[in-house]
Amino acid sequence: MRKTLLALAAGLLLAGSVSAASAADKLKVGFIYLGPVGDLGWTYQHELARQALVKELGDKIETTFLENVPEGPDAERSIEQLVRAGNKLIFTTSFGYMDPTLKVAKKYPNVHFEHATGYKRNPNMSTYSAKWYQGRYIQGLIAAKMSKSGVLGYIGSFPIPEVVSGINATILAAQTINPNIKVKIIWANTWFDPGKEADAAKALIDQGADVIMQHTDSPAAMQIASERGKLAFGQDSEMIKFGPKTQLTSILDTWGPYYIARVKAELDGTWKSEDTWGGLDSHMFAMAPYTNMPDDVKKMAEDAQAAITAGKLHPFKCPVVGQDGKPVECKGGDHLDDGQILGMNFYVKGIDDKIPGK
Amino acid sequence: MELLEAIILAVLAASTPLLIAATGELVTERSGVLNLGVEGMMIVGAACGFAGAWLTGSILIGALFGIVAGTLMSLIFALMALGLAVNQVATGLALTILGVGLSGLIGAGFVGERITPAAHLYIPGLTDIPLIGRVLFGEDAFVYSSLTLIVGVWWFLYRTRPGLILRACGDSHVSAHALGYPVLRIRTFAVMFGGACAGLAGAYLPLAYTPFFIPGMTAGRGWIALALVVFSSWRPGRLVVGAYLFGAVTILQLHAQGWGVGIPSQFMSALPYLATVIVLVLLSRARTGGSTAPAALGTVFVPDR
Repeated sequence: MRKTLLALAAGLLLAGSVSAASAADKLKVGFIYLGPVGDLGWTYQHELARQALVKELGDKIETTFLENVPEGPDAERSIEQLVRAGNKLIFTTSFGYMDPTLKVAKKYPNVHFEHATGYKRNPNMSTYSAKWYQGRYIQGLIAAKMSKSGVLGYIGSFPIPEVVSGINATILAAQTINPNIKVKIIWANTWFDPGKEADAAKALIDQGADVIMQHTDSPAAMQIASERGKLAFGQDSEMIKFGPKTQLTSILDTWGPYYIARVKAELDGTWKSEDTWGGLDSHMFAMAPYTNMPDDVKKMAEDAQAAITAGKLHPFKCPVVGQDGKPVECKGGDHLDDGQILGMNFYVKGIDDKIPGK
Repeated sequence: MELLEAIILAVLAASTPLLIAATGELVTERSGVLNLGVEGMMIVGAACGFAGAWLTGSILIGALFGIVAGTLMSLIFALMALGLAVNQVATGLALTILGVGLSGLIGAGFVGERITPAAHLYIPGLTDIPLIGRVLFGEDAFVYSSLTLIVGVWWFLYRTRPGLILRACGDSHVSAHALGYPVLRIRTFAVMFGGACAGLAGAYLPLAYTPFFIPGMTAGRGWIALALVVFSSWRPGRLVVGAYLFGAVTILQLHAQGWGVGIPSQFMSALPYLATVIVLVLLSRARTGGSTAPAALGTVFVPDR
C-alpha cells in the first residue's frame, strides 16, 4: 500500500512538472481573494480587474485565483500553493495578507508579490492602494447638498485609519456646504454581514439620518435606504441595481489599469518593488455616474472631481481642525501629508462622537 | 414613540432567523443528536430560497425551496451520523463547510438580482394603532410562523406522547431502544425537522431581511442559533427569551452608537455574546442536580440487531 502511494505521488509530481514545463512560455499570474468572487464588492472588483488583465494580455499570461482565503496562517499556505504551481507574480488582495505575503516573499526571492493596502515591503514585494478619501470628499459635498434633515448616517467597518480618514474627508466636505451638518456614525465591527449592515442602516434612518454612506461591503444599506425612500452611496462597486432611485454615486475600485501595468512590467523585466498609492488622477478608483440629484449638484460633484484629479483641490487642505479646536500640524505644505492621512486616528471638529477605543 | 416602535420592529426582524433555526436545532438535540451544521443548512436554504423566489416570483415557493434544501442537507447528515454512525461533531462541521461551498455554487447565477421582499400584514385599523399596531399586526409571515413554530414545538415536546418518546431517545437511547422504539428513525425525523427549520431560517434572510443573495450572507447566524439552544438549556420558553434578548442587544447597541453613548463600539458588538456567557454561568450555578442537556446528546447509537 505504502509503495503504491509513493508511486502515485511520484507520478503526480512528474505530471505536475510536465504541465508546468508545457506552460513555461506563458507568465503565470496568481491572485488571492478574501471573499467569493460574487460578493459584489471588494473581491468582485479585483476579479473584474483580473478579467480585464486576461482580456488585455491573455495571449502572454495564464492567471489563477484562489477565493475565500481567510486572513492569517491559511493565507500563507494558499500563497505558497500558488508559488509552487509556478506563478511568478502574485497579487494578495487584502490587508490581512500582509504578514503571510512577506513571509512567503522572503522564502521565494525569485517570485514577485503585490500586496493590496498594506505597508510592509520587500525587494520582491510591492504594495498598492487607492486614495479613496478623495471620493469620500466628493460624496460629502453631495450628501450635504441632498440632506434635508442635516443629519448624515455613516456605517463604519472598523475604526482603522482608512475608515477614519474617509469619515473626516466626508465631513470636511459637507461643512463647506452646511457648517452645521451632523453625522451619526455606527460601527458594524465587520466588513461583511448584510443583516447587520441593514440593521445599522435602519437605526441611522430611525434616528433621523436621510443620506446613508457606508464603509462596509454589501448592498444591504443601499437596499434599506431605497425601501425607506432615503438616499445612499454605494461602496466598492456599482450598487445602483439595489437602489435605482437611491444611489447618488459609488466609489468604484478599478484595479484593472494597475494590474495590467504591473504585469507588463513583469513581462518586460522592469518590475521592481514599489509603493503605489494612487488617486483619481491615476485611475486607481473611479466614481460611478452621479444619479438621483439635481443638475447643479451633479455639476458641483463633477467640478470637484475634476479639481481633485488635477491636483487643485486637496480634501485635507490646511488648516484641518481637530475636535479639540486646535489645527492639526500641517506636514505636507498646504495640506496634510500622506503619512498623516495613512495613520489618521482623530476626528475633525464638527463630529460629535469619539473614535471607539480611544 | 415612533423610534421605540422602529426599534421593536428591527429587533423582531433580527431575532426571527435565530429563533427559527434554534427551534429546529432544539428538537434535533432533544432527540440526542448534535448537528453542528446549522450554518451550512441555513446558507443553502438562503441560496435555494432566493433561487425559488426569483424564478417563480413567489415568496411562499421560495420559502418552500429553502425548507426542502435544508431538509436535503440534513439528510446527508442523517445518512452519515445516524446511518453510518460517524462522529456527529465532525459530520456537522463538514456539513457547514459543504453548505458554504454549495450555496455559493447554487447562488452564483443569482448574485446581483433583487426581489420584492415578503409582504407585511396590514389590517386597517389594527395595524395603525400607535406603538403596538405594526409590532403585533404588521409583521411578515416569517415572524408569525416562527412564533407558531416554537409554540407547536413546546406543545409537541411536553404535551404529546411522540414528544415524550423523542425526549426519551435524547436522554437514553438504550432504554428507548429496549422499549421497542425505533431510535434511529425518530432521530432521523428530528434531524430532518432541524434541517427544515434551518432552511427556512436561511431563506428568511434573502426573502424578507435583505432581499438579495450574496454568498456567505448568513454571516455566522447558524452558530448563534446553536449557542441559543445551549443558552435556553434546551427549553422552548427560554429559547424565545434568548432569541429576542440577543436580537434586542444587537439592535440596541447600534442605536446606542448613533446616540453617541460613550461606550466603545467593539464592546457593544461583543455584548450579545457576553450576555450569552453570563446567562450560561448563572444557569450552571442555579442548576439543582444533574445536567440540563439531553443525557445522550452527541453520542453515537448503533442498535444491536
